[in-house]
Amino acid sequence: MAPILAVADLAIAFPDGDGWRRVVDGVTLEVAEGEVVGLVGESGCGKTLTALALLGLVPEPGRVIAGSVHVAGADVATAGERELSSLRGGTIGFVFQEPAQALNPVRTVGFQVAEAARIHQRLPRRRAARLAVDLLREVGLEDAEAMAAAYPHQLSGGQRQRVLLACALSANPRVLVADEPTSALDTVAQQQFAELLATLHRRRGLAFLVISHDLALVARLAERVVVLYAGETVEMAAREAIVARPLHPYSRALMRVAGDAGAGGGERFATIPGTVPRAGEWERGCRFAPRCPLVIARCRDAHPTLDSRQDGRRARCFVVAEAEGRVGDS
Amino acid sequence: MATPEPPLLEARDLVRRYPARGRAWPRGAGTVTALDGASLALRGGEVLGLVGRSGSGKSTLARVMLNLERPESGEVAFRGRVLAAPTRAELHNLRRDVQAVFQDPHGALDPRQRIGAAVAEPLVIHRVIPGSARRERVAALLRQVGLPAEREFLRRLPAELSGGERQRVALARALASEPKAIVLDEPVSALDVSVRGQVLNLLLELHRSSGMAMLVITHDIELVARLCGRVAVMAGGRVVEEGPPEEVLRHPRSEPTAELLAAARAQAPVSRS
Repeated sequence: MAPILAVADLAIAFPDGDGWRRVVDGVTLEVAEGEVVGLVGESGCGKTLTALALLGLVPEPGRVIAGSVHVAGADVATAGERELSSLRGGTIGFVFQEPAQALNPVRTVGFQVAEAARIHQRLPRRRAARLAVDLLREVGLEDAEAMAAAYPHQLSGGQRQRVLLACALSANPRVLVADEPTSALDTVAQQQFAELLATLHRRRGLAFLVISHDLALVARLAERVVVLYAGETVEMAAREAIVARPLHPYSRALMRVAGDAGAGGGERFATIPGTVPRAGEWERGCRFAPRCPLVIARCRDAHPTLDSRQDGRRARCFVVAEAEGRVGDS
Repeated sequence: MATPEPPLLEARDLVRRYPARGRAWPRGAGTVTALDGASLALRGGEVLGLVGRSGSGKSTLARVMLNLERPESGEVAFRGRVLAAPTRAELHNLRRDVQAVFQDPHGALDPRQRIGAAVAEPLVIHRVIPGSARRERVAALLRQVGLPAEREFLRRLPAELSGGERQRVALARALASEPKAIVLDEPVSALDVSVRGQVLNLLLELHRSSGMAMLVITHDIELVARLCGRVAVMAGGRVVEEGPPEEVLRHPRSEPTAELLAAARAQAPVSRS
């Protein structure tokens, strides 16, 4: 079966002087029907642009200049406006980071949740309004009728995030893309929201692409994890594999840092030396080379490819590829 | 027996109300009580963590303690002296001795002010050192927070820095007046995970080398466990629990603490045995 989302070697560029500067260059990912995939990466790695490219919404004057994006089998690059608008908010539901900005301040919550159902499912107004109340209940909001009559500013951050989720669900999507869904929330609200996503996945069989800088969140939710660094995919693997034995040095470092945050005792905090390079300002060789503890001469000269391994994992690293023959517990 | 030294900065039974959000009409129909009898003491030389959920009143408490907002009732004492109607001199001293670094290093720096000037500004305002020694001091401050002190770097604008670098500049500025205490409101939550540890280690080092007191505000209770010698938990506008982190985290005595802990534990990435 074709994956519901498939991105291959995506490159997105913005005009820069006389030429183009690539700010995404080498993103590959796949989400199968009903699967939860986590996309992990830090600022400037291209997470959000990749998400926008799924909808054919790369902001002007940016442009997709290489690679491909397929949604439910349709090529986003060649899709017409009508096909695109049925993908946007129809096939794919979206939940963004800032719920305060994503909601319309002068419309009631119920109106906004019902809107997509009226447009994409062509439900009459009354039925859409009833559906909206049901969806608000489904996303765990108490007193859903009162909530439907409320305005966004009357809600807490966690409640607004749930309302956005209800909006996305009202078009009955096949896949939900959640871009940093919990980073504006406090720890308790984060935990509750993560549980809600897991419930929706179980109950509806909905596929998810969860995008976050937080490996802990992603590792909790996702069946498969895609790690981005500096505009490209550096590793793809099943959750268990990446948690137990991350291959790429960047994934290893991320696991170490994520694992350290909660560890009691210990004197210093785990770090990754250096800084995240700014979008498009990358090394000629491996983009992680300046921060990599395993760097070899070749890493500075040549750019590694995203190799497939026998065990089905993929990683973009010369050192890992060289160790391929004698893979053990490193 | 010597009289115990008063806390550096102390909040006593603070109450602070705001007009209710979401009730634009009828006007004045409601108020939100952000602080409802909050008391907290920051002692000289300690690292105190203040944790709680969004809306628990943590940031308001810090703002009132910094004298950026006035309470409806209750009082703030600085080195044992109540700041009821602070004189200009008293405020000046408070600003010099108690500095703050906020979550968003974007908002904390003037976008048109170059890094060198930004770090020098508090030296001018607080007349810490003579003008001739200023350049040296700016360089020393930047080095202290792990930033290059080269001319090229001094001439950069905040937008040309990464988030971690901006947060270090904000810290260098805060350190310039040689404060006795520094209030850090979510100092790393806007930073990339890979540079978060660098800033946290820097805070640990600064505390070790200068003995400066720190009040660290965060919703991350586990972070507090690593960084702080004492932790206070806020809920509903007051401090509901206080103690050494080992004790509070192992045997939470209040519902809000237990809730924060449970959420943090559930989020711990994976079995780390």
